[in-house]
Amino acid sequence: MKLELHRLNVKSLKFAEKTGFADGVLSVNKAELLSLIAEDPLLGKNLDVDLAMPGESVRIMPVKDVIEPRWKIEGKGQIFPGLLSDVETVGEGKTLVLSGAAVLTAGKLVRFQEGIIDMSGPGADYTPYSKTCNVVLVLEPSDPNMDKHDYEKACRMAGLKAAAYLAKSCADVKADSVEVYEQANIREGMNNLPGLPKVGYLYMLQTQGLLHDTYLYGVDVKKILPTFLSPLEVMDGAIVSGNCVSACDKNSTYSHQNNPVIADMLKRHGKDFNFIGCIVTNENVTLADKRRSSTYATKLAAMLGLDGLVITEEGFGNPDADLIMNCWKAERLGIKTALLTDEYAGQDGASQSLADSCPEGDACVTAGNANEVIKLPAMKKVIGYAQEADVIAGGWNGSLADDGSITVELQAITGSTSELGYTKLGAYTL
Amino acid sequence: MSFKVIHYINQFYAGIGGEEKADYQPEIREGVVGPGMALKGAFKGEAEIVATVICGDSYFASNMDEATAKILDMMKKYQPDAFIAGPAFNAGRYGTACGAMCAAVAKEFNIPVISGMYPENPGVEMYKKSAWIIETPDNAVGMRKAVPAMAKLALKLLKGEAIGKPSEEGYIERGVRKNIFYDKLAAERCVDMFVAKLKGEPFETEYKMPVFDRVPPQPAVKDMAHATIALVTSGGICPKGNPDHIEASSASKFGEYDLTGVMNLTSETHCTAHGGYDATYADQDADRVLPVDVLRDLEREGVIGKLHNKFYATVGNGTSVANAKKFGAEIVNRLVRDGVTAVILTST
Repeated sequence: MKLELHRLNVKSLKFAEKTGFADGVLSVNKAELLSLIAEDPLLGKNLDVDLAMPGESVRIMPVKDVIEPRWKIEGKGQIFPGLLSDVETVGEGKTLVLSGAAVLTAGKLVRFQEGIIDMSGPGADYTPYSKTCNVVLVLEPSDPNMDKHDYEKACRMAGLKAAAYLAKSCADVKADSVEVYEQANIREGMNNLPGLPKVGYLYMLQTQGLLHDTYLYGVDVKKILPTFLSPLEVMDGAIVSGNCVSACDKNSTYSHQNNPVIADMLKRHGKDFNFIGCIVTNENVTLADKRRSSTYATKLAAMLGLDGLVITEEGFGNPDADLIMNCWKAERLGIKTALLTDEYAGQDGASQSLADSCPEGDACVTAGNANEVIKLPAMKKVIGYAQEADVIAGGWNGSLADDGSITVELQAITGSTSELGYTKLGAYTL
Repeated sequence: MSFKVIHYINQFYAGIGGEEKADYQPEIREGVVGPGMALKGAFKGEAEIVATVICGDSYFASNMDEATAKILDMMKKYQPDAFIAGPAFNAGRYGTACGAMCAAVAKEFNIPVISGMYPENPGVEMYKKSAWIIETPDNAVGMRKAVPAMAKLALKLLKGEAIGKPSEEGYIERGVRKNIFYDKLAAERCVDMFVAKLKGEPFETEYKMPVFDRVPPQPAVKDMAHATIALVTSGGICPKGNPDHIEASSASKFGEYDLTGVMNLTSETHCTAHGGYDATYADQDADRVLPVDVLRDLEREGVIGKLHNKFYATVGNGTSVANAKKFGAEIVNRLVRDGVTAVILTST
């Protein structure tokens, strides 16, 4: 399997007559993009598209998802298979990437777990999406009493459509840079690199229901048994987020497309280990599902003869139980593990950080304490609805002050404690 | 202007006397007394000990609340910027007094509080979350090393500088988690650690797995037909509109709600405040999380004596264990006061 990422480096955004790319500027035909997302009868009449650039005094909230614009320009299948395009396997050929750009879905709240992105100020340091040039979709449901599952789906699809539309409109532009990724099939992979440990990535996905679902080739991941996936498929959008767990540790679609664990494992493949591939698993709510999925996922790793697994969690609390089961089950099969999670240690940091624990979890990296409180000064412009600060996860009644500043836990900031490890935040014990 | 520090010592270090004077009542003196001299030297003019509190160890231990209140009151007029207690080395009552005063001062004045103790001093376990405790040897021979470390940490805290890890600063690990930006992405740190573990090389986990409290279940209720059963939930069920504004995550409070005459929860009357699960079905019919309807049936059938006329609810989502423990203790007090026999706890 061979995938080329053809990158156009987006340094700026502007509205223009025609959507396209030239000299680092992504031009967006607002009317065309608006009419594309307005096709969905589930979305209301007051839709908007806005632009937000790094360093601007702009706050975007509540944010549902972040998506990187990509479009396959050669090879099988198309981006976001099973949702936006057909179910054909992806991960081969050439994919155009608008690097540095992102589509943000924002607007009327679906449910409490949505987040804040500040483009400047102290909040900007905590979110990776303050560094991207953001095309923001401001959405609302066509019926305020619409079933929330339907509204979530409409928002999710609007984001995917917009991301594909933007990249597709630039398909004729020559890339600024090309990266080539190759992944051997399992037989060859096993024979390659003798002497190096064979390792995998156990990729846990949030699957607890409304605003807690993730899709693999369009399949709701809570309905799958753990399965095997090439890291290259992930780069083509095989995994799409339909969830906000809390905004801080939701794995956005953008962070799946750019999964930094996969990136680092590919970089070290052939040097420190032999990276065989990804095992995707879920985080369902029932104990039977947790037991079944953790047993099945670690069984797959054992069948592949893996020596080690990097395990990333998504969310917190309930899925800590899945993380811990995956950890000790793998370790007891002789598979060494390193865990990537985040923490809920209380606003004062004095409570225990995880809801479950096992002695085998001796190699644990954390993306920080999501309960830590931050004050976000007022911004000149708010795209969306600032008053939601009082009800979103991480906020409280009174989070939004009269002067427009917002005091919240980090959990309200999109991507701040990314459990794919997409930020430099961590925590230590005082 | 230098920072104003108040120093706390016991009767022994004040030169008043040993065990025979341990019932010495709290007193405050302007300026430096005993080991405060060494502290003063270590501050090098950046901070000043404006007053010294002296209290007998036995007096403090036997009159903790009263002594604490008295000392806090004495301290007020000095408007201190920091509070230093001890060092107490391995003296148990002294260490406990230092820790308790640190905790009380931090709460009352919201200023940095620093002590020094031997790791096995009982004051460490009791107060390490409330105070910065510099690790010392088990007796006063360690004074020369302890005092500069305490002074250095105090100055850092006073200036608002970042505090390093326990091994760097010399304090006893408090068990308090603090965020920090590292040079590398968390993903890269994780793969680094993974490679070290694979190769059998040393590595340091970023989070040591916690050890949990286990609560043994109570014996079964023998006489259900006369029992008063209460419902308590962490599933966020509350009257529609969430009148107490219980947070969707990281709850700071619980609610107490009346069930008198309520036979059934409906989408008109109740909802959930919880932000951590698919709330659609709880909002449609809150009995799914807080089964009032079924308990009313059991009441009518005589299976239980009665359903308690109040229920208690909070949100478990991302709520700290410290808050959960506090809510639990308060709810239990009220249930016991009201003569409840047993509780059904529901989550999500």
